[in-house]
Amino acid sequence: MGIIESSHLSYDYVKLNEEGNAEGVTRAVDDVSLSVEPGQFIAILGHNGSGKSTLARHINALLVPTEGSIFVDGKDTAKEENVWDVRQSAGMVFQNPDNQIIGQVVEEDVGFGPENMGVPTKEIWERVEESLRAVGMYAYRKHSPNKLSGGQKQRVSIAGVLAMHPKCIVLDEPTAMLDPDGRKSVIRAARALNDVERVTVILITHYMEEVIYADRVFVMDKGRIVMQGTPREVFSHVEQLKALRLDVPQVTLLAYALQKSGLPLPDGILTAEELELELKKLRDRKNAAGGAAGAKEAGADGWNVGEEEPDAVDGGTA
Amino acid sequence: MLRDITLGQYYQTDSLLHRLDSRVKLTATLLFIISLFLVNNLWGYVMAAAFLAVCIRLSHVPFRYMVKGMRTILFLLLFALVFNLFLTPGTPVVRLWKLTVTKEGIRMAAQIAVRLVLLIIGSSLMTLTTTPNHLTDGLESLMKPLKKLRVPVHEVAMMMSIALRFIPILMEETDKIMKAQIARGADFESGNLIQRAKAMVPLLVPLFIAAFRRANDLALAMEARCYRGGEGRTKMKPLVYQRRDYMAYAVLLLYFAAVIVIGRILPI
Repeated sequence: MGIIESSHLSYDYVKLNEEGNAEGVTRAVDDVSLSVEPGQFIAILGHNGSGKSTLARHINALLVPTEGSIFVDGKDTAKEENVWDVRQSAGMVFQNPDNQIIGQVVEEDVGFGPENMGVPTKEIWERVEESLRAVGMYAYRKHSPNKLSGGQKQRVSIAGVLAMHPKCIVLDEPTAMLDPDGRKSVIRAARALNDVERVTVILITHYMEEVIYADRVFVMDKGRIVMQGTPREVFSHVEQLKALRLDVPQVTLLAYALQKSGLPLPDGILTAEELELELKKLRDRKNAAGGAAGAKEAGADGWNVGEEEPDAVDGGTA
Repeated sequence: MLRDITLGQYYQTDSLLHRLDSRVKLTATLLFIISLFLVNNLWGYVMAAAFLAVCIRLSHVPFRYMVKGMRTILFLLLFALVFNLFLTPGTPVVRLWKLTVTKEGIRMAAQIAVRLVLLIIGSSLMTLTTTPNHLTDGLESLMKPLKKLRVPVHEVAMMMSIALRFIPILMEETDKIMKAQIARGADFESGNLIQRAKAMVPLLVPLFIAAFRRANDLALAMEARCYRGGEGRTKMKPLVYQRRDYMAYAVLLLYFAAVIVIGRILPI
């Protein structure tokens, strides 16, 4: 059994009018069944209002399903007695770093979770040190969180969750309020947790660049999971993603455009290096087939436009 | 303008007073204030002042820094001084137009002034040498007996420390909203007091909304990290009395006894 198992999970937001009576019902999550294996890096994609944050809050038992069920580490979140176990095994990092840091000193904030769990003092200190080192914030342990940058604050939040020794961490749009540098540092920290500490990571985001390292991607729209698979599989459906108002990584878009104009490139290219490699392969194949003359032709066709290194001159002419 | 407010200001340095347990310092401040009100002769005040001077010396906080904080209460001090000077009945000394200065008035005014100054310096010495965190921890620990009377001690301490953490954040937010409104033509600077107060209203509404939103987010984040009140909680930095803390208690008791004996028994 996976660490997270949901079956036919649905959640309704009930809209209340001024007297407090139910006025209307909005289905935020609709019939979601998914399974996450321990140690995986999962990404959930979707534009605003697609229900991805609502789904995330179910994993931490902050919300319980209206219909269906969700099991975290084998425990039903709907049962009152499981709530604290679930929250310990599935930690959660929220969007706004300022609104989730409780301590006035970095190390005190990281110690907040273990304090709540009743961990002995000596072990709290060990956990705090180890978590701060894992996210590369140990040097800042005595600082005030107010003086840190957004990315640093968010990494402190991750350390705060990590100190509770969770089996799985849910990151709910952790980079939405950060600058590009902060975004990179947070994603790097999340990947390190997954690689080194083998913590299951569930990353919720609408930045496509952040999901290319995921083991599995779920795309949500109107509360439903509409696409799933490896990043490569998902990103090979460029048209469909565009219809869902999601941005495809620029390299993938470029590869898609090249492919559409007749270049025999594989589906779902994710990084610039990958595209370069594929283009080189094509060139070599062309050279092998057509010899020097063919290569010149290829150059004239402008196939090398995608090349990134200025010194990578057409091999056939040498 | 907003940055001038420094609540619970702390002076970062290393000294004996900084290292003392916050519970000792809280008790000391309380006893010191009580002693000021029990004393009613000159020698008592001399003793209290001497005790305070020694403490200031030990704290390594520059005296000038403390006096700077006094400026804010200068008005209050003058107010108390003038009223006591002129409105205490007794044997007249000087007559100024319709007001008379009495012998008792002079005595009373001097007493009040000395009391106030000692009180303010004494209590600011505590906040200057104790971080807000230690202060709330100390308060929580000292008020623990009240738990039996169903006073939510832990919750109050938690609220205090969260409030302290959010002061700079909300100040920044106010600054941001202010700038946004100035950019759209709002005027916070001109006009009389009432007009300026009125101009603040469009500032307060978004600030309150933002504060509520933050509170909601924070509550969620705390719950997500297994916060469920003070029950079964352990401490990362528990308060443990050291030898120096017991010594400080002893010194404190000695001072208190001496001040009562001298301040109430000796004449004048």
